[in-house]
Amino acid sequence: MVVAAVRQAADNLITAFGDLDKRKSTRALGMKLAAEIVDLKKDYVLKGETVRALRGVTFSVPEGDYVAIMGPSGSGKSTLLNLLGCLDRPTSGMFLLGGDDVAQMTDDQLSEIRATRIGFVFQSYNLIPQLTVVENIEVPLYYQGKIGAESRRRSTALAQLVGLGDRLSHRPTQLSGGQQQRVAIARSLVNEPYFMLADEATGNLDSVTTAEILALIERLNDEGRTIIMVTHEDEVAAHAKRIIKLRDGVIQSDVRQPIRKRYVPENGHANAEKLIGNSNAVAAQEG
Amino acid sequence: MLLFRAFILGCKSLLLHPMRSLLTVLGIFIGVASVIWLLAIGEGISVEAQRQIESLGADNIMIRSIKPPDEASSGMRDVKAYGITRAEMDMLQSIPTISLMIPIRELPMKFTYNGNPNITPVDGRLVGCTADYAATNRLEVDDPARSHFLTQIETESSANVCVIAANLAKRLFPSEDPIKKQLYVSEKKLYFEIVGVLKHRDPTAAIGGSLAAQDFSLDVYIPISTMRKRLSDEERKSGTGSFSRQIFELSQVTAKVNSVDNVRMTAALIEDSLKANDPDRQDIAVVVPYELIEQSRATKMMYMLFLGLIAAISLVVGGIGIMNIMLATVTERTREIGIRRALGAKRGDIIRQFLVETVVLSVIGGITGILIGLSCPLVIYYARDLLAWSSPRAYASLPDVAKKMTPIIVGYSVPLAFFISVAVGVIFGIYPAIRAAQMDPIEALRHE
Repeated sequence: MVVAAVRQAADNLITAFGDLDKRKSTRALGMKLAAEIVDLKKDYVLKGETVRALRGVTFSVPEGDYVAIMGPSGSGKSTLLNLLGCLDRPTSGMFLLGGDDVAQMTDDQLSEIRATRIGFVFQSYNLIPQLTVVENIEVPLYYQGKIGAESRRRSTALAQLVGLGDRLSHRPTQLSGGQQQRVAIARSLVNEPYFMLADEATGNLDSVTTAEILALIERLNDEGRTIIMVTHEDEVAAHAKRIIKLRDGVIQSDVRQPIRKRYVPENGHANAEKLIGNSNAVAAQEG
Repeated sequence: MLLFRAFILGCKSLLLHPMRSLLTVLGIFIGVASVIWLLAIGEGISVEAQRQIESLGADNIMIRSIKPPDEASSGMRDVKAYGITRAEMDMLQSIPTISLMIPIRELPMKFTYNGNPNITPVDGRLVGCTADYAATNRLEVDDPARSHFLTQIETESSANVCVIAANLAKRLFPSEDPIKKQLYVSEKKLYFEIVGVLKHRDPTAAIGGSLAAQDFSLDVYIPISTMRKRLSDEERKSGTGSFSRQIFELSQVTAKVNSVDNVRMTAALIEDSLKANDPDRQDIAVVVPYELIEQSRATKMMYMLFLGLIAAISLVVGGIGIMNIMLATVTERTREIGIRRALGAKRGDIIRQFLVETVVLSVIGGITGILIGLSCPLVIYYARDLLAWSSPRAYASLPDVAKKMTPIIVGYSVPLAFFISVAVGVIFGIYPAIRAAQMDPIEALRHE
């Protein structure tokens, strides 16, 4: 019994040192981390039974990365997504977001983090029906208290970036699914997040629109934005730079893709311009 | 700025369901309007009542004779005199704070006019009094050049004259000038020469059990000395199968006090001296209008309290309506709450959002309620006119106060109503808002 306990403690120590080494190594590479997860565990109590949804997940996401998180249902994918989105707190482990351990924060602090550091894109768009396109994009700034002429200008610029400059005062119900998802993407960028967290962002879209959205995301990634995407479609994941596969609450594989599918050619293309609009001009205007 | 945006957002959310919002507003609207209406009507009634009491004179004290219950005087042979006597009145005259005393004796009589033999006798009141009676009761003669109220000389000389009230004059002399005509009292076979006709005077209110309402409209005033000489202190009434006898010297003495401040003290003194020999004396009552005014203030408070309670109930009902709607709205908008939470809304933000909505609802209800509330006097005025025009009989059966009363908007009722509407919004909005804020964002996002 005692022996087992000691061994457990030793194991923990080794893991901790190991993590430390890993962190050092990434620092040594000179890469800034958008997010870092260390031995994240999450248990649920369901009808008196403890379900271990995550059993110790460790990975880090450097800035500018494009990660696809995959896994069958029950693999802990959704749990990880909720933790990454700061919607939930882990049972144990660390989640470092800009040097702050999110795992220990209060509800209000988590809201603050969501408002300032995370950009959500949902499968079902999740726009607020009574607000217009610009107003929807503005919502995260509203909860930072930064509402005014500047926020309106910024939201308008983002709407133009995603190609909806001519639909600023439309309601979500007046837009197609693809258009709604573009609004959601613009909304996820309005607060300059550490990373965009996309949950099956193309799950509700047909193949043509899926291509449009994926091209837009790629473009944003090319401009240096960090993307974390949860998906179960290989076709979608094939566009990411890196694929993390989950199984039974642990990481099964974490591989970088040397060759990935692209909608946007490396050096720009007329076709891509047509697909996503002239985003560079908007980015310049955005300052 | 943020609050303004919250307000705009609240309005937008409410406009998603205009009908629902309208009905919710209606609840508060009715509550607030009823607060103002009830306070205005309450104030109007109490002011009217006070005016009627004040018309009795705040510096007067009335000593009424009260007829003992019938059992006591049923032995017909031996009927005891009751009420205040002339001797007692003379005794009271020595109280220094009393500046004036008016003896009054009232008898129900039938009056006719000899010049018109076909006329049916009019039931009225024969009042024996002095010249000062007119001033104390605010009676005025109709045509001062030709007619006059009883004079000092007429009173002292027991002249055979009378002054008649406006209504009686109209009924007895529909086409003739009553002045100098002879009024005939058939029961007593007495004639009085009419020397004056009075202007119409509003009746006074009845006060408690001690002072009946005075109508004044069918009165005949004669000098009290004449009444004593012509009609004895004993009053007999005989009809078919019935006979009654009562003896009383005066039915009322009105004492005018030199200052309102002395009224209470003087009233106590009068009561003490009248009851000096018999503390349990039941045949007199000292009525002090000044005290009644005080009493009516207390009654007014009761009124206000009671009406306020009704208004409060209607507001609570309106508030429950708001709460009900907001709870439904919160459930319906679970998804939106989840989205907002995911995008960085704190619990406090969600609470504020829903509170703003309920407060907007209740304030709109409050403002419209106040507007309609302010129109109360006008509405009452026209409603009364309409009733009088459409069914005069129903109008006639209205109590006098309801006919005369003008609602008076109480100054504080408007800010009060507004404050109440905001308070209702906050109180009944807080629970649904907290429920919204307590939702788990993950669950809320998954909500269909």
